[in-house]
Amino acid sequence: MNINKNIAVSDSGFVFNPTTGESYTVNPIGVEIIEMLKQEKSINEINQVLIGRYNADIVTIDKDVSDFINLLKLYSLIENQNAA
Amino acid sequence: MDKFRYERPLIKKLESSMPNKFGMRTEYAPKTHIDGVAVADLISKYGSPVFVLSEKTIRSNVRKARKAFETRYPKVQFAWSYKTNYMDAVCRTFHQEGSWAEVVSGFEYDKAIHNGVEGSKIIFNGPDKSDDDLHKAISNNSIIHIDHFDEFYAIKEIATNLNITAKVAIRVNMDTGIYPMWDRFGFNFENGQAWDALNKIMRSDVMELVGLHTHIGTFMLSPNAYSVAAYKLAELAIGVREKYNHEVNYIDMGGGFASNNTLKGGYLPGVDISPSINEFAEAITSALINSNFRPDKLPLLILETGRALVDDAGFLLGSVLSNKRLSDGRRSTILDIGVNILFTSFWYDHKITPAQPFTQYTEETVLYGPLCMNIDVIREQISLPLLNKGDHVVIHNVGAYNMTQWMQFITLRPKIVMIDIDGKPHVIREGESLQNLLDVEKVPEHLEKFEL
Ligand SMILES: Cc1ncc(COP(=O)(O)O)c(C=O)c1O
Repeated sequence: MNINKNIAVSDSGFVFNPTTGESYTVNPIGVEIIEMLKQEKSINEINQVLIGRYNADIVTIDKDVSDFINLLKLYSLIENQNAA
Repeated sequence: MDKFRYERPLIKKLESSMPNKFGMRTEYAPKTHIDGVAVADLISKYGSPVFVLSEKTIRSNVRKARKAFETRYPKVQFAWSYKTNYMDAVCRTFHQEGSWAEVVSGFEYDKAIHNGVEGSKIIFNGPDKSDDDLHKAISNNSIIHIDHFDEFYAIKEIATNLNITAKVAIRVNMDTGIYPMWDRFGFNFENGQAWDALNKIMRSDVMELVGLHTHIGTFMLSPNAYSVAAYKLAELAIGVREKYNHEVNYIDMGGGFASNNTLKGGYLPGVDISPSINEFAEAITSALINSNFRPDKLPLLILETGRALVDDAGFLLGSVLSNKRLSDGRRSTILDIGVNILFTSFWYDHKITPAQPFTQYTEETVLYGPLCMNIDVIREQISLPLLNKGDHVVIHNVGAYNMTQWMQFITLRPKIVMIDIDGKPHVIREGESLQNLLDVEKVPEHLEKFEL
């Protein structure tokens, strides 16, 4: 999974994709996930980090992280290798 | 180490287009308590979903409404519209506040009697009154609002047989500048039908004309329409006095004042556009006072206000069953509240709020009910915080027409709880059980057994 490395993420959760000119807002946990994706962490690793930090069970986190990543694909912020 | 409070990750595209019809309004300020009782406690004790009514709000609504009219007009009487919410506890709250009963079927009539309302304080409206119903109403000295000529002749025959004078009024329909005009109920003012009916009543020796009634529509946003209607009824009443030297006791303006809900397709929220009860009171009472009634002979003013007195006293509490992503990327949320118990979701964009605090992040979502039916949509689009499975939501302004029009379809109807003025919850209707339904079903003997 390759996050588009050009995208700019500000601490306040503002995301800009220079390729498409689109902007997005992301909540703090979303920013964390994008940063981890940039560091090329796997979904599994991401889930483990989040479970250590947040008050939620693994089922919820797993479900929500994959939903979030699907949205990043929908917005072309991640290149979908499976589809390529 | 303490863990952070979890919130699911969210990414939202910033649209350069116009803000949506909800503008910048945030609908999601959490509703954590109702009359001091925690929503979470109500759900853990009574289940999810559950209807909750506030006795305090009902009482304060009637008192405000009475004050609005009584400070402007000498004689005012409210009659509780049973069909709006005929839970006994609700009706009795209204009766304790001095309201008579307004019913539109034999079943509702019997309910009013069961609640202990004196026959003479029951107003019987509607096109469907069987001979048995009329027999009962005439014997009990109730007030019958005649809807059509077939009913007039039925009353004439029954009253003659009983040798009792029936107390009657006619329902009048009329042009008040509102479209569509409700001309299917009662007798028309403009084409002379109303006078036709009045003449027949005045010439009958088994009927006494005690009043004139209209109900010009429901969820009315125009006080002026009521002013027009009040003038027209006053004109009829004065005409009857001149022609027959007979004074009617009352003018009944029906119900129909809008509540704080937002009609579907409406651009502005109901709270911002629905006129206040004072505006309706001003329109009606000044029309009556400025008409040709002698100041010492003003008739009693009856109001059958329904939704405006009870809508905001009702809440429906429920829970999130699941969050899903639709094929086009939109968020959808499934609640345990369906259109089967929230009939008014066909008319209104209900205000829905979470029952627990959230961050400022929100997401546009489609809210579905739990039914395996495509029609089961509670809100086509709503901005809500990031709800998780099991989180609670509160649907506002559901006190009118839901606890009477709900249907037993796919799921069983839930409990109704009323919080009294001291903040104590009472179950006022049990949740339905399978047994309740089996009690009224019968299986023919040849269908009792089968092998698969
Ligand atoms: C005759 C009559 N009176 C009163 C009402 C109560 O109306 P609302 O709930 O709109 O005030 C109705 C409802 O349609 C009605 O038909």
